[in-house]
Amino acid sequence: MTIAPNRSTSLPARRELSNKPRLSDRVFRGVATGGGLSSLVILGLIFIFLANQGYQVLKSEGFGFITGSNWLVVQDNAGITDLAASEFGIAAMLVGTLLCATIAVIIAIPISVLCALYLTFYAPEVIKRIMVALIDLMAAFPSILFGMWGFFVLMPHAEYWARLLHKYFGWLPFFKMDVDIFERSPFVAGVVLATMIIPIITSISREIFSQTPLDRIQAAYALGSTRWAMIKAVVIPYGRSGVVGGAMLGLGRAMGETVAVYTVLNLVYQINWQVLIGAGGNMASMILLKFGEAGPTEIQALMAAGLALFILTLIVNSIANIIVSKTGSKGR
Amino acid sequence: MTAKIPEVKAKVKPTKPWAPTTRERAVDIGAILLAILGTFIAVGLSELKGKLAYAGVFLLLIISINFIQNYLRSGIAAAKDSIASTFAVAGVLVTLLPIVSILYAIFERGKTGLKFNLFTSDMKLNGPNDPLNQGGLLHALVGSGIMVTIALLISLPIGILTAIYLTEIKGLLTRPIKFLVQSMSGVPSIVAGLFILSAIVFPITKTPSGLMGGFALAILMIPTIARTSEEVLLLIPEDLREAGVALGGTQWRTISQIVVPAAKSGLITAVILGVARVAGETAPLVLVSGGGDAVNLNPAAGPMGSFPFYIWKSFTFGTPESIARAWAGIFILLLLIFALFITARLLGGDRNKK
Repeated sequence: MTIAPNRSTSLPARRELSNKPRLSDRVFRGVATGGGLSSLVILGLIFIFLANQGYQVLKSEGFGFITGSNWLVVQDNAGITDLAASEFGIAAMLVGTLLCATIAVIIAIPISVLCALYLTFYAPEVIKRIMVALIDLMAAFPSILFGMWGFFVLMPHAEYWARLLHKYFGWLPFFKMDVDIFERSPFVAGVVLATMIIPIITSISREIFSQTPLDRIQAAYALGSTRWAMIKAVVIPYGRSGVVGGAMLGLGRAMGETVAVYTVLNLVYQINWQVLIGAGGNMASMILLKFGEAGPTEIQALMAAGLALFILTLIVNSIANIIVSKTGSKGR
Repeated sequence: MTAKIPEVKAKVKPTKPWAPTTRERAVDIGAILLAILGTFIAVGLSELKGKLAYAGVFLLLIISINFIQNYLRSGIAAAKDSIASTFAVAGVLVTLLPIVSILYAIFERGKTGLKFNLFTSDMKLNGPNDPLNQGGLLHALVGSGIMVTIALLISLPIGILTAIYLTEIKGLLTRPIKFLVQSMSGVPSIVAGLFILSAIVFPITKTPSGLMGGFALAILMIPTIARTSEEVLLLIPEDLREAGVALGGTQWRTISQIVVPAAKSGLITAVILGVARVAGETAPLVLVSGGGDAVNLNPAAGPMGSFPFYIWKSFTFGTPESIARAWAGIFILLLLIFALFITARLLGGDRNKK
């Protein structure tokens, strides 16, 4: 006897298959995308608001805002700033910023690269772990700490180094001295900035070096290279551009640094290429210095200066990030 | 009957044939001693003087001694290798120098100002010339705490949502947003201050307050939290997500109930690193927080003190007492950052062992 299938009951409704996300997922994806877009929004808002505040000054100064090096606030009798007669130019500060940051990078690169090489290829595991923790910690030191340390501890030493440089290399045009003031020079600021960016460049170089393809390293050793020959033949060609990117990140950080430079640099409003003389410029420090007693118009000029600094660091950082991420993904 | 297994007495010790022998070590130490001796003789006899001369002569001597020794032992390639090793060690020592010097300076100069009253009173009634047993930094402690909390409340959701977008949703914009977040972490701190000034303080509130300080810090904190969280979320194995989806979970359920809880300790690390990053930011707070000397619990109105501002103000006064205050303040600030760092390391200990 067979059981006849019961055909009289109706089939359940066909289940609908769909890859359409549910409402909860759509909401979630929307919210997350919104959060992801926040960085774009914030960067855009920074640009818009700074440009909005600085617009009048930029319009009145035109191209002279970047090429001029006078900062002159002219007020009429009622104490209202006369925008047309006032001069706002940031060339001196721009040059000073680049000068200090370049000095810092020139000092920091060899030290950090050697340090990163040691940590990646020479150091015993214990020393490596301690050093990496210390360098990470140093990267988290607040800038005011570097400022105070630079002012009280480093400056006497740096001044002495500057005198030595002047004594032995004074014939170089940028080490020339017309007046005998070695204190608070761009060189001192550069040394302080160098100590700030050494941890950054070191950790990026270390990351890049440790991504060197292992098979190439082992091939070099198998061919009988010494450690140095291996580094020269494998690691340096592989990591060169990454180190350049790391150095540019350091440059960006050094250009945006405010408090540390403020304490150790004598801000003088003139273009000065002689790095040992105690007179230099720095955009961020200038903004902080002038902000205290600035009237409404001058504040607008400072906003415009902030906009210039923002764009400058953004460009440097973007180039650096492109270089670093390209290097990071090319091996393995 | 059970067969007795003979006890193994002899312990096999692994040997390291590549390790330096005692003789080689002795030669190395001898070379260093010789270089030290030579340095003192050279600096003593010539016109050179100062620490820099000692360091330079020692470096030159140790390089040449190592070079000759390695050349005689193993030829020119090994000799070149020895130069590179010496330079690498020198690089590490030069990196260590400022760290040690900074830590020593903080300890040495900060300890005179460390008094118990730092934690019980503010600077409302005290000027820069007052002795160190009066006044304190309670207002800075409270103010920094409030501002960092505000910053955290804003940047934690934004940072984690950004990280989730970058790792889980992977839309069209993933690459550009990753790039923008990286660029954002390079925004100079003073620009963040100027932005808050131009966007909120000038058009709306007209006066600086703790809330504005919190906003400025949030801008600096978002990229740190987003990048660290992204790294953490990337480490969560893909299996977990697949398991969640296979059990019938929607993406929202999978991420909120499986992925994020699995990454919890790492996300806490991200928060801690973000706090450590902004706790010492000075420039934006000088611009937007007002920096009062009295304890102010209301972030929406009135100037609010903070750690960096307290240090900054004490430093710029320039009297011996206020500079001692600045060092004491930085001592405590660094202790806090140190504690945060150690907590982060303990929580996310294996984050670096990818």
